[in-house]
Amino acid sequence: MNKRLLALFSLASAVLFLGGGLALADDKSIIVQSTTSTKNSGLYDHILPQFKEQSGITVHVVAVGTGQAIKNAGNCDGDVLLVHAKPAEETFVAEGHGVARHDLMYNDFVIVGPPTDLAGIAGGTSAVESFKSVADSGALFASRGDDSGTHKKEKALWAEAGVDPSASSGQWYRETGSGMGATLNVGVGMGAYVMSDRATWIAFKNKGDFGIVVEGDEALFNQYGVILVNPEKCPNVKADLGQQFIDWLLSDEGQEAIRSYVVDGQQLFFPNGNS
Amino acid sequence: MLERTPHAFVPSADGGRSSAGLASNHLKVTGLTLEVDGKRLVNDVNLELAPASFTVVMGPNGAGKSLLLRLLHGLVAPTSGEIHWGGRPLDDGLRKRQAMVFQRPVLLRRSVAANIDFVLKGSGRARRQRLQEILERTGFLAQAKQPARSLSGGEQQRLALARALALEPEILLLDEPSASLDPAAVAAIEEIVRGAHAQGAKVIFVTHDLGQAKRLADDIVFMHGGFLEEFAPAEQFFSKPRTEAARAFLDGRLTY
Amino acid sequence: MQDLGEAFSLAFGLVLAGDGDLMEIILLSLQVSLTAIAIAALLALPLGALLAVARFPGRGAILVLVNALMGLPPVVVGLVVYVFLSRAGPLGWMGLLYTPTAMIIAQVILVAPIIAALSRQVLEDLHGEYAEQFQSLCLRRHQIIGALLWDGRYSLLTVLLAGFGRAVAEVGAVIIVGGNIDHLTRVMTTAIALETSKGDLALALALGIVLLAIALTVNGLVMALRATAYRNAYA
Repeated sequence: MNKRLLALFSLASAVLFLGGGLALADDKSIIVQSTTSTKNSGLYDHILPQFKEQSGITVHVVAVGTGQAIKNAGNCDGDVLLVHAKPAEETFVAEGHGVARHDLMYNDFVIVGPPTDLAGIAGGTSAVESFKSVADSGALFASRGDDSGTHKKEKALWAEAGVDPSASSGQWYRETGSGMGATLNVGVGMGAYVMSDRATWIAFKNKGDFGIVVEGDEALFNQYGVILVNPEKCPNVKADLGQQFIDWLLSDEGQEAIRSYVVDGQQLFFPNGNS
Repeated sequence: MLERTPHAFVPSADGGRSSAGLASNHLKVTGLTLEVDGKRLVNDVNLELAPASFTVVMGPNGAGKSLLLRLLHGLVAPTSGEIHWGGRPLDDGLRKRQAMVFQRPVLLRRSVAANIDFVLKGSGRARRQRLQEILERTGFLAQAKQPARSLSGGEQQRLALARALALEPEILLLDEPSASLDPAAVAAIEEIVRGAHAQGAKVIFVTHDLGQAKRLADDIVFMHGGFLEEFAPAEQFFSKPRTEAARAFLDGRLTY
Repeated sequence: MQDLGEAFSLAFGLVLAGDGDLMEIILLSLQVSLTAIAIAALLALPLGALLAVARFPGRGAILVLVNALMGLPPVVVGLVVYVFLSRAGPLGWMGLLYTPTAMIIAQVILVAPIIAALSRQVLEDLHGEYAEQFQSLCLRRHQIIGALLWDGRYSLLTVLLAGFGRAVAEVGAVIIVGGNIDHLTRVMTTAIALETSKGDLALALALGIVLLAIALTVNGLVMALRATAYRNAYA
């Protein structure tokens, strides 16, 4: 009996050790705290193998909302932060959590909606005007509601439109508290307008009969930044490897890798790292 | 041998000293009483049993036979009264020199051999040779590896008995071990118990089977309604029962 | 419904093709959940047995607590483990966050109360049957616990199965402490969550079907083992 238990215990410890050792043995690796939009769009699957081949460094991506990603990085649970919420990123650096912020790439947001277009905004080019129309018509609008970069951007647009959507939360304004893809699923499911980054939308496979109704407004510009987590605050940060990754992203090679990511014939991200 | 003498035993001040020489299978019970929820299930039993005798406890259902056996083995704590084995109050050390077989055999979910090995291991005895001995003596050599619970009812009880004997008990307590078994199985059980008794074990055997009692008993303890009604040599009990209850029981008029 | 049909053909396609990424995810799922079950069993089975056998003041309160912990929301467990394992947390120096080990820890916490509570019930019933015999043999408590655990082994397998089901099916805890990192901490459930958020419902469903198939296989194996036990009258 005791021998059996001992054997079982040794086995379990061995497996546990193996599991733990997996991360330790793979020393040439970094953790990037990033957004669901970059991950769900498939960008990392396209560029990371190229980086790995060139540098031998494995990049592990944790994809959460921008707010969560910044918080995790602030807890030192990552080496590099790659998100899209410039003011929050600048605060992050100013507070000493990050070394420096670099513009990396941009894409833009679009407003997608059902063909019925209850708010009558299809074909419009002004995000703010469209938001006003949505609020006036009372047509359903699904929001991330998760303090992500996209959500922050959306809130800024509502403010500009002079609408306080949170007053109508649960009525025409539906906050999912989820990632971009999950929110798109909700929007398509209930026939609600959604503001999405273009990359996620293009790569999204559950579009139903939804299409882009508003695009092309400068106000919908979506800038991504990349930051090395400060090794002085977080001694565990692999500053060398993290900096190598950032340098590569900003190099011609890295920028070209981003540029060359195409889905359905459309380029999803526009590098502007060395501008 | 003493007959039922309810208030005859007065614990003496020098009891400990005088009983120091008694064999551990010499049983003395004084004022043994068990109350459960205000009901007296065993009532002021006084009894002294000789070390080597084969004692059969008889009585109708509900007489308190099984309870008496559990009290003697220490499985149930009495409300009042004392139990002394060999002059010592019952404790774990004494209980380890006893073995009990229950009416429904409690077999482990293991093989026949593993059931016996379990108690050998638990008592810290040399195992391998002893195991073979027991298997052979109780007729289980061929079935050693068979799951215990796939045995027939009679075989299961025989195994329970074999397991009890593996401990080489000085006192063997049996609670209706052969009730509801077929005659051949009953005979096998009786044979093994007789063998153990012949080798020197004190046996206390509960049954309500008159024929079995006649076959086995040196002396009879007759219980009725929680009282010890009669304690007598077997021959005397069956030919000249002293109490009305015993007479009624022997005539088949007393069934509960 | 079109998704469902597509999902089934996709699921079969994936499995038949022996897709490398899928195999990796399946293996990690099994590695994490089986390890978690093994560790949880080592901790919780003796506890369940002790609770089944021992009577002490406060036992009732512990039973209530263990039973309540069975209903722990995975996401809460994930959060608590995250707080401890985060670099900013008390165990941050171990560097375990976003590793399979972190996922195992979370699942152990999720599953141990289930194993403790259910095994307590199973073993208490068994002990009811054995108690007098054990008392007669003057067994010590550790001997009793050992005998109960061994004799109840086939019933306890079912208990472990319940724990395995919860471990392998939960997503809330592992996605927080594992991070759903490709080739490192991506398991079946987090992969399903990811494909769902990509809107690839067919692939998500296909993965769900594969997960179901794994659960069925594991359950089938255990049931077959139990059936053998029944034939041998060990259960």
